[in-house]
Amino acid sequence: MDHFPTNWGRPKYDNFDTSATYPLHNRGQNQSTTSGATQHTQQPIVTGTSVLAIKFKDGIMIAADTLASYGSLARFKGVQRLHPVGDYTVVGASGDMSDFQYLQHILDGLVISEETTAQDGHTLGPAEIHEYLSQVMYARRSKMNPLWNSLLVGGVKDGQRFLAYVDLLGVTYSASTLATGYGAYIAQPLLRKAVEGRENTLTEPEARAILENALRVLFYRDARSINQYQIATITANGAEISASLKLETSWGFAEGIRGYGAQTQ
Amino acid sequence: MTSIGTGYDLSASTYSPDGRIFQVEYANKAVDNSGTAIGLRVKDGVVLAVEKLVHSKLLVPGANRRIQTIDRHIGLASSGLLADGRHLSNRARDEAASYRDNYNEPAPLKALADRLGLYVQVYTLYSSVRPFGCSTILGGIDKDGPSIYVIEPSGVFYGYNGAAVGKGRQLAKTELEKLKLSELTTREAVFEAARIIHLVHDDAKEKEFELELSWIGDETNGRHVPVPQDLFEEADRKAKEALENFE
Repeated sequence: MDHFPTNWGRPKYDNFDTSATYPLHNRGQNQSTTSGATQHTQQPIVTGTSVLAIKFKDGIMIAADTLASYGSLARFKGVQRLHPVGDYTVVGASGDMSDFQYLQHILDGLVISEETTAQDGHTLGPAEIHEYLSQVMYARRSKMNPLWNSLLVGGVKDGQRFLAYVDLLGVTYSASTLATGYGAYIAQPLLRKAVEGRENTLTEPEARAILENALRVLFYRDARSINQYQIATITANGAEISASLKLETSWGFAEGIRGYGAQTQ
Repeated sequence: MTSIGTGYDLSASTYSPDGRIFQVEYANKAVDNSGTAIGLRVKDGVVLAVEKLVHSKLLVPGANRRIQTIDRHIGLASSGLLADGRHLSNRARDEAASYRDNYNEPAPLKALADRLGLYVQVYTLYSSVRPFGCSTILGGIDKDGPSIYVIEPSGVFYGYNGAAVGKGRQLAKTELEKLKLSELTTREAVFEAARIIHLVHDDAKEKEFELELSWIGDETNGRHVPVPQDLFEEADRKAKEALENFE
């Protein structure tokens, strides 16, 4: 008897789940997970999808929906994927949510020890948080045990806006619009078109509208997304993360779709 | 042996015949030679104050702080050997961080005082180490409200409403007893703390000292921070005025 449900109903040597339907990887029949051997993260389990971020006139805006998926199952619908770090920074995460929770724990500890040890009035800004995260992520991938996330770090300190990316490989880059996951394909072109060249003139409501629109497109297109989201706004006045908001969507076009489904003609 | 005393004070791991550990008592002497530190636990918070004796005019003002922040909600004022106090505050920070890691909540003061008490006590057990030459006032706000603990060189710790350690502790304690601590606000307590430190300072013996003041209360959102500059100056000035009227 094969006790691994992920192996059931499959061709014998088909170990690859092409549609990523199962969050558990397909184990060979004889591989034991209880042998006490060292185990490394080989794939994410509970995952968050895209995070989007843009620069605007007064600072940085980061958006993410509140879904944590278990494979293709919409498992947890109210998970906050934006985390404030210190007074100037917000980190948004896609990828494995338990790894993200671990990172939140690490960052909270870091902020407190930086605040209490030297007591010299210096505090960590977004650039330092991003550098720290990139070192952590790269160190973990070098141990062949990565933290399975793509992270966006945004913030404002000393009048400087900062927005950058770091992922499970330790890769970093910076731009005035960033998107992780599926959003890198679907939302990034929309964001670039709306933001590039206007970073210093976009107002807060305009920036919010741009992100909401990109989230809506993602909700229509990304099967791992949900119509609830949060937006973090970081300005010289500090970081503010919105409550959970609902996307306005319209599905009237569905009436006209023909070719599959329940309709008879 | 006779020429150098009884020999029972050579090691912290040896009792005297009447059951005392002299090295621990000598550690207390080190505390008694040091500038006074006081702590006030009041209605909505805690105030810590230290009389930091300045042994050289060449020192940068504000150097060698004797009030430390342990965690967001906890402050520590030490009296005695400065380096011992700093070592203990580093240990306290590690313990507070460890508590946060393990239990995902801020450390209760009592738990931290207990850990530090155990740590200090271990230094009274072995001949290869000396006991801590400092008494430590731990003050903060946790989920049960404000509290203050004093950890002594022997490793015992007691909770207090008002605590004083160091050179001027006797006078400071009589002053603290006159206050209605449970009715004071943290802001009012800052003025009392500054006044007491100025009062217990002995001008004849030690000329220079710096006042250190920190507070934790509703006004600081439960965080341990130095008293803001304007309030500090006001408290310092009023304390000096009160001293002139007192004398």
